[in-house]
Amino acid sequence: MAGIKVHGSPFSTAAARVLATLYEKEVEFEFVPVDMRAGEHKKEAFLSINPFGQVPGFEHGDLKLFESRAITKYVANEYAGKGTDLVFGDSKKKAIIGVWMEVEAHQFDPVASKLVWELAAKPAYGMGDTDKAVVEENEAKLVKVLDVYESRLAESKYLGCESFTLVDLHHLPCINYLMGTEIKKLFDSRPHVSAWIADITSRPAWSKVVAMQKRQ
Amino acid sequence: MATPVKVYGPAMSTAVSRVLACLLEKNVDFQLVPVNLSKGEQKKPDFRKIQPFSQVPAFEDEGICLFESRAICRYICEKYTDKGNKGLYGTNPVARASIDQWLEAEGQSFNPPSSVLVFQLAFAPRMKIKQDQVVIKQNEEKLSKVLGIYEKRLGETRFLAGDEFSLADLSHLPNTQYLVTTSGRGELFTSRKNVGRWWNEISSRDSWKKVVDMQNKGA
Repeated sequence: MAGIKVHGSPFSTAAARVLATLYEKEVEFEFVPVDMRAGEHKKEAFLSINPFGQVPGFEHGDLKLFESRAITKYVANEYAGKGTDLVFGDSKKKAIIGVWMEVEAHQFDPVASKLVWELAAKPAYGMGDTDKAVVEENEAKLVKVLDVYESRLAESKYLGCESFTLVDLHHLPCINYLMGTEIKKLFDSRPHVSAWIADITSRPAWSKVVAMQKRQ
Repeated sequence: MATPVKVYGPAMSTAVSRVLACLLEKNVDFQLVPVNLSKGEQKKPDFRKIQPFSQVPAFEDEGICLFESRAICRYICEKYTDKGNKGLYGTNPVARASIDQWLEAEGQSFNPPSSVLVFQLAFAPRMKIKQDQVVIKQNEEKLSKVLGIYEKRLGETRFLAGDEFSLADLSHLPNTQYLVTTSGRGELFTSRKNVGRWWNEISSRDSWKKVVDMQNKGA
């Protein structure tokens, strides 16, 4: 089967999620940059991979996929025997891992993404002033999520189970940006969350994604 | 006979009804345990032990406690593979990847604007909360864009992930039901030929009709 291609930008949190997974699984891939400033992701060629016009797009031979969390699951299962084990366990363990994957997708990410946009992306790309009301509203929501995480991480080394899995990985891109903003204090003030972040952000596979971002 | 699984929450909750639809598709016996949302039962410590975000549904099966409706659905499909609709979550990795892709699209692109509209148009009036017309307009526009993409996709395949009904289609049933029947904005769906056809087909499934029946009976 022809190799893997990831279309996107390493700065995109969603693309970074996929890149981190490929590095964890030690799977070869070709990275195809998408010039988002030029609107390349809204053009026909890219839309044929992701009709929503969002990065990343993913190809593996004839298979085309979009939605980072579907892609990471596909990679983790397709290469189950290679690199880091990211989805595993008996049905009970998998079920609980599945719960926390949804928590990241529906409780953490919507809030964290808005904060990343206001506090990291807007300043970096000169895309307008930070909207303080949005920051305040989402910070309050994030506090509630992080309180749940603090309790969870007091009983479980990682969010899904005792080992690092896709659940933790999916958080890395937003957390990475937020650590460079005023949101860092919310993490630092929670010992279990803080220790978990220190652990997951120091993984070699994640460092490779950060290095890709720095090379741009 | 196995103990029925337990689903905590009212059938009228979109997330609860997502789980009920899945259980009915898979012919898995369940017991619906009421949670009185208007009395704040979901915020009480006992409930938060099984759902720390104080939301419904929560779910229990043989000592396993789960939450997040889409995680519960995936669990049901994986545990009861040979029951009911066997292809609901795909029978091979490529089919499953496509279903996961459209399930994520539902969760990330369809659900946010449609949930806001369900609240504003179907629930706010009942709860005597003032509707926010700006928010309604913004989310109608967002939902329209998503449905434009669905219209094209559903011109290529019978259902979202392929030619078989899957968890990806099922996941859309709860919000769409309210929008088509209660909100007065049903034409968002029915005016689009392929989306309209798809909605008729998925909402006529026996499993969904039973859920709507439960909702109408105030379960």
